[in-house]
Amino acid sequence: MAESVPLVKEVIKTPKEVVEIENLSIGFENLKVLDDLSLKLYNGENLVVLGKSGSGKSVLIKCIVRLLMPDSGTVKVLGDDVNEMGRKELAEVRKKIGFLFQSGALYDSMTIKENLEFPLKRVRKDLTKKEMNEKVEEALENVGLSDTLDKMPSQLSGGMRKRVSLARTVVVDPLIMLYDEPTTGLDPITSDEISELINKVQKKYKTSSLIITHDIECARATADRIIMLQNGAVYLEGKVVDFEKSADVLIKSFFR
Amino acid sequence: MVKIIGPVLRKIPKIRDVKKQAEKLGERTFEQTRIANVFFSTIADFFLFLGRTTREAFSRDFEFKEFFRQCYLIGYKTLPLISITGLIIGLVLTIQSRPALADFGAVSMLPGMVALSIIREMGPVITALICAGKIGSGMGAELGSMRVTEQIDAMEVSSTNPMRFLVVTRVLAATLMIPILVLYADALGILGSWAGANIKGDVTFVLFFSQAFSVIDFLDLFPAVIKTFFFGAAIGFVGCYKGYNAGRGTESVGKAANSAVVLSSLLVIIIDLVAVQITDML
Ligand SMILES: Nc1ncnc2c1ncn2[C@@H]1O[C@H](COP(=O)(O)OP(=O)(O)O)[C@@H](O)[C@H]1O
Ligand SMILES: [Mg+2]
Repeated sequence: MAESVPLVKEVIKTPKEVVEIENLSIGFENLKVLDDLSLKLYNGENLVVLGKSGSGKSVLIKCIVRLLMPDSGTVKVLGDDVNEMGRKELAEVRKKIGFLFQSGALYDSMTIKENLEFPLKRVRKDLTKKEMNEKVEEALENVGLSDTLDKMPSQLSGGMRKRVSLARTVVVDPLIMLYDEPTTGLDPITSDEISELINKVQKKYKTSSLIITHDIECARATADRIIMLQNGAVYLEGKVVDFEKSADVLIKSFFR
Repeated sequence: MVKIIGPVLRKIPKIRDVKKQAEKLGERTFEQTRIANVFFSTIADFFLFLGRTTREAFSRDFEFKEFFRQCYLIGYKTLPLISITGLIIGLVLTIQSRPALADFGAVSMLPGMVALSIIREMGPVITALICAGKIGSGMGAELGSMRVTEQIDAMEVSSTNPMRFLVVTRVLAATLMIPILVLYADALGILGSWAGANIKGDVTFVLFFSQAFSVIDFLDLFPAVIKTFFFGAAIGFVGCYKGYNAGRGTESVGKAANSAVVLSSLLVIIIDLVAVQITDML
C-alpha cells in the first residue's frame, strides 16, 4: 500500500480515547434497549463487545455514527459529540469511520468494482482515476478477491460478500473500524479468515476497532479487551483471560 | 318502603358496572385516538418526506449519472408494455365506437373522436396506471430491500446523502419520463385506431391522421400533458416513500412494493379528477 502520509499524521494527532460513550440510553416504543451504558474505545486497540442476540449491540454502534439518535447520553468520536454536530461536521467524522454492516450491505445494482469506488469517489475526492483504480485493486487483493472485480454481489458466496464488504470499508482509510457481527452466519474456516483479516487491517491501517459479535472464537482471535453487554449495560469488562477464568454463569455459557 | 325503593335501586346501575363501562368507553376512545394519531402522523410523515425531497432536489450536487440511469431504466422497463397497450387501446376504442357513430351517420367523426379520447384521457391514465404497477412497485421493492439490507445506511455513512442519490433522482426521472411515455402511447394509440378503422373501412394513413388532428387543438393537448408530469411525480414519489420507509423485516419489502402500487394508482386517479375539474374551468 502507498502508505498514505496524512493518515499516519492523524493517528498521532488523535486523542487516547477515539470513541467515548457516556450514560447512553436508547429505546424503541416500550422497549428499553440500552440503559445508561458507558464505554471507551482507545486508540489502536481491538475492543470486542459481546452480547446475545437482541441485546442492542447493533443499536450501540449505530449510535456511534448517528444512524440512530440516543434518548440521552453523549457519544464522542475523536473528542466531539456526534449528536451536537451539523451535517458537514458529521460527514467529516463519518469519513474517518469504517462501518462493516451485519448483512454486508453491498449495493446490489453495482458491480464489485463500482461498490468499492462508490465510497472512494465521495470520501477521497483528491484522488485521480488511476490512484482510485489502484486502491480498489489493492483493497480487493488484501481480502484475496482480485478476480471478482466485474462480478455482481449476487454472484458471490456469503463469505466472499463479507470480504468484499470489508474491502469496501477499508478502501477509504478509516481511522476507526466498526464491525457488526463480522463472522455471523459463516462457516468456521471462513470465520477464522475474517478474524485474521480484522487483525491484518488493524496492523496495516493502524485503526482502532470495535468488534461486535456473539462468536466467541472471533472474540478470542481479535480482542485486546472485551466488554460484555447484558440488559442494556456493561456486565463485565476485561481481557480474554479474565473471561476465560470467570466463574460467572452467564459468562461461562459464552466461554464454554 | 323497601318494597318500593328496592326495585328502583336495582334499576340504578351498580357503580362497578358504570366504572366498567366507562373503562370500556375509555379504551375505545383510546384506541380511536391511537388510530387517529397513527393516521395523522402518517400523513405528516408523508408531507415531511415530500418537503425533504423537494429541498434536496434543489441542492447543488445533483447526481446526474444516477438520474440518467433511472430515466433509461424507466423507459427500458415499460416500453414493450406501453407499446402493446397503446396499440390495443386505440384499436379497441375504434372498433367499439364505430357502431354508435354509424347509427348517427357520423363515421367520418371516428378518427377525431378516438384521437381526442386517447389524448385527453385514455393515453395518460392507462400509461400512468401501468407505470404505477411497473415503476412504482419496482421502486418500492428496490428501495425497500436496500433499507432492509442496510444499503441505505451504508450510503449514509459513506458521505452520500441517500435522499439525494436514491429518492431525488428517481422522483425526477419518473416526472420526466412518464410524460414522454404518455406521448409515445398516444401516438401508438392513434396508430392502433387507424388499424381499427381499416378493419371495416378503407382509410389511408394520411387521411386518417389529417382528420384526427383537425379535431385536436392546443387546449386538448396542453392540460393533458401537464397532468402527466403530476402523474409521474406521484408515481416516483410514492414508490420511493414506501420503499425508503420500509420496516425492518424482509416481509416489509413486499409490503412496500404492494402499497406503493395501491397508493400511486389511487393518486393517479385523484390527480386526474382534479385535472379534469381545472381543465373544465378553462
Ligand atoms: N430501528 C429500530 N426500530 C425499532 N426497534 C429496533 C430498531 N433497531 C433495533 N431495534 C430493537 O432493538 C433490540 C436490539 O436490536 P439489535 O441492536 O439489532 O440487537 P443485536 O444485539 O442482535 O444486534 C431488538 O429487540 C430490536 O428489535
Ligand atoms: Mg445486530
